[in-house]
Amino acid sequence: MNKQKHYYAVAGLVVIGTIVSYIFLQAIYPLPKAASAEAKTIDFMFDVYFGLIAFMFALIMAFILYASFVFRRQPDDTEDAAHIHGNTTLEIIWTVLPVILVIGLGVWGALEFRGLVSAKENEMVINVTGQQWSWSFEYPEQEDIVSAQLFLPVNRPIVLKMNSEDVLHSFWVPEFRVKQDLVPGYEQELRFEPTVIGRYKVRCAEICGKDHTTMLADVQVVSESDFAAWVEERSARPAYADLTPVERGELWYNAATGDWAGCVGCHSVDGAVRAGPTWLDIYGRTETLTDGATLTVDDTYIRQSIQEPNAQIVEGFNPNIMPQDYVERFTAVQAEILADEGVEIDIIADLIAFMQTLEE
Amino acid sequence: MGTGKIILTSSFTRGIIGQAVFAALGIAFINVIRAALGLEATLEPGVVFGALISVIGFLLGAGVFTDWIKWIGGQKTPLRHGTPAGKPEWSRYLNVDYNHKVIGIQYGITSVIILLVGGIFAITFRLELAQPGMQFLDNDAYNTLFSGHGIVMIASILLGVGAMVNYLVPLMIGAPDMAFPRLNAFSYWVAVPSAILILAGMAVGGWDTGWVAYPPLSLRAPLGVQLFLLGFYMNGFSSIAGAINLLVTVATMRAKGMSLFRMPIFVWAAIATALIQFTATQTVGVSLTMAVAERVIGLNFFDPVGGGNPLLYQHLFWFYSHPVVYVFVLPGLGVISELLPVFSRKPLFGYKWIALSSLGIALLGFLVWAHHMFVAGMPNSLRYAFMLSTMFVAIPTGVKFFSWVGTMWEGKLSFETPMLFVLGAISVFLIGGVTGPILANVPTDLHLHDTYWIVGHFHATMFGGFIFPFFAALYYWFPKITGRMYKESLGKLHFWLMTPAFWVMSLGQMSAGIMGMRRRIADYDPALGVANTQMLVTIAGLVIGWSVLIMVYNLVSSARSQEMAAMNPWRSRSPEWQIPSPVPEFNYDVPFEVVGDPYDYGLSDSEYIRMMPAPSGD
Repeated sequence: MNKQKHYYAVAGLVVIGTIVSYIFLQAIYPLPKAASAEAKTIDFMFDVYFGLIAFMFALIMAFILYASFVFRRQPDDTEDAAHIHGNTTLEIIWTVLPVILVIGLGVWGALEFRGLVSAKENEMVINVTGQQWSWSFEYPEQEDIVSAQLFLPVNRPIVLKMNSEDVLHSFWVPEFRVKQDLVPGYEQELRFEPTVIGRYKVRCAEICGKDHTTMLADVQVVSESDFAAWVEERSARPAYADLTPVERGELWYNAATGDWAGCVGCHSVDGAVRAGPTWLDIYGRTETLTDGATLTVDDTYIRQSIQEPNAQIVEGFNPNIMPQDYVERFTAVQAEILADEGVEIDIIADLIAFMQTLEE
Repeated sequence: MGTGKIILTSSFTRGIIGQAVFAALGIAFINVIRAALGLEATLEPGVVFGALISVIGFLLGAGVFTDWIKWIGGQKTPLRHGTPAGKPEWSRYLNVDYNHKVIGIQYGITSVIILLVGGIFAITFRLELAQPGMQFLDNDAYNTLFSGHGIVMIASILLGVGAMVNYLVPLMIGAPDMAFPRLNAFSYWVAVPSAILILAGMAVGGWDTGWVAYPPLSLRAPLGVQLFLLGFYMNGFSSIAGAINLLVTVATMRAKGMSLFRMPIFVWAAIATALIQFTATQTVGVSLTMAVAERVIGLNFFDPVGGGNPLLYQHLFWFYSHPVVYVFVLPGLGVISELLPVFSRKPLFGYKWIALSSLGIALLGFLVWAHHMFVAGMPNSLRYAFMLSTMFVAIPTGVKFFSWVGTMWEGKLSFETPMLFVLGAISVFLIGGVTGPILANVPTDLHLHDTYWIVGHFHATMFGGFIFPFFAALYYWFPKITGRMYKESLGKLHFWLMTPAFWVMSLGQMSAGIMGMRRRIADYDPALGVANTQMLVTIAGLVIGWSVLIMVYNLVSSARSQEMAAMNPWRSRSPEWQIPSPVPEFNYDVPFEVVGDPYDYGLSDSEYIRMMPAPSGD
């Protein structure tokens, strides 16, 4: 076999290898559903880069595998191979060509990135707060609704203004592709435009301590009219006096109204362990505290746990998780209701009434 | 002297006792002062002070400082060498010894032991990840294990780099030892109490921050994080001292006629590595010191509540911790370049280009750190700049790949275990390499950042750039170190288990990442559809673990065999293969002179080195 034939054979292998690798990459690396305008841009780049990966991988592997099979030493052959110690032209070529490629990719990446982060027209601002280990979303343009769930109108550019209460977190919805850390003390922005109606999840992508794994929040992208209906429902003030304490308790729990993220962020009603103890069967339950003492959960303990969350922590849970200002917030809402409806409401009593119904 | 007594009186045992005593003294000292000031007794300040001086206790106990202390007192101490009278040869490896080959082997054995420890951590949490849902770990245990895995493996790699550099460089340049033998011993021994501190940190409550320990999380993490930060910090002394030693050795102790471009290529890699260690380690030292100080004495650097900036830590941390990636891989790439010509029977293709590409990578390594922070909250202007600089790393790396291909092309290849691991290294490092630019490109990184794609990518670079070449080096120089040959069949079995398993593991991790699996999570959402991939990755991880155990068995049992290996089984031109194995105490009985190029395979009658005539009158 003469030298030329070797090169033709490898060239063929590179072409085949590139195609096979590209198909293989597409098969094993499926991107999640693309649900934002940004995903379109980014997924196209993924496609091009997969092509490049396939080509570069095939290029080197074809040469190495070909050499490994064709240029084997015979067991009895003790002669050395040809004395070729380099080729400056080749070295210059395989330095300069990648430089051009790299600069091209860099410029392309920069242009696309500028498009992703630049401000859009008609943006809707949502304030995001992350804390160990829950999310809360506030809608300053929609009467300051506060929600534990991220509700978004489809096809409307969004800008998130994100703050953290404690440590670093990172906002990521895989279907939207974009990601941004939350830095306590330094507000961060993230822009995207949801384009597909559906349910997704915010997944905290920066290690934030014990329950980092479960720092999730539901995302719901809905039609413009559904979003308007949701805003109306959330901002409408129900006639609290007409509701039973249990019904009100459920409202407070879900933060369906009021100025807080809701107990639901940390306390489940189905027995699942979140950042705080579950409320299923909580009333009358015997709990062991971190100092080893035991007590029965009653009105006094629940009141104290809301007023001073750190005073008596149940074993297996951590202090400094629960916000310490619930009493202030409750007092403010109670005062509003008193002014609006002339009734005195005790939010903690409502919550206790709700808890008493949570039995298995 | 009996075996038990040798072990009980060894530097290791004395060091550990010294460390325990000083730790206790430190804790007592702080709390006595606190009591005198009327403050209540607390744990953390005492533990931090105790941990800090416990390293000194270890070094004093082990005897690392003995000669230096005597010098300060005006005494002279001769450089001890050879096996101490009345003791078996193996006792040298348990004691402070100044011979670079002993220290190299100490580094190597410690590295492999720590590698196994880190591997056990990995296997433990991999089993947890095999299925969705929590099976046998809780979140705290999981977080401690993955954090410990990260830093313990880094410690193992640094020790492995120390092993290769210490053992090989003086031999390759024709020096009798390193320039500063006592400092060399210090570099090794200070790494031991550092590793003990890190493991102790896992035992006293662990920590949940990963190996990066970003504040504010690290400011609130359990006590274990302090021991981790201090162990990491102390290990820096090992890097800095070792790097200075290596640079001086190469600069001043090369054989006659060994100009820079006639050095074996591994020495170039060692120089590039040392330059990084010597200049970057201080920065991570600063960031770790600041984090420790913020916790213990409330100096407010990073916590925004008091006006600190969390991003400051990340910049300082990555200014070291990115370049250190090249500390891990450059020696490995050097091994690949060193071994390929021998097993291809052809000169190294583009020697100068490969040598200078190592320096190029080392330099570029300092200009790319902020790509670890693409979504951390930096100004956009920095994201553009670091995107471009990061992509440029592809250039010198590409030069290496192409030159390796050039070396193999039309060679006469043979496939003994070291060569197999070299080829495995190239294939795995290639996977790591080609999956890099998609991370350098910010728009695609917005999706991939902090996902399992990163996990897959950097495991490929670490395995391809260090683990595979390190194993190649262990097999290749094993007959040099021990004078015996490893078992080829077991070596091949190791290779054929580990390489496919690694491909599956790495590609599987990247697949889970692109599908939405975040890093550093104890459990994952079955809805992501990554459960089968995780099971596959876990099985692959187990196979890798077993294959490494096969290597350990192979090397240990072969070292004890009676059969001696040939003096130069690979027909290498490198100087270390022209002398008996194991190497004599001072390496070359007669100095050699460099009269040709190192890799002139196929050039008839060419010589690389010529032994100088023995001095007259001898």
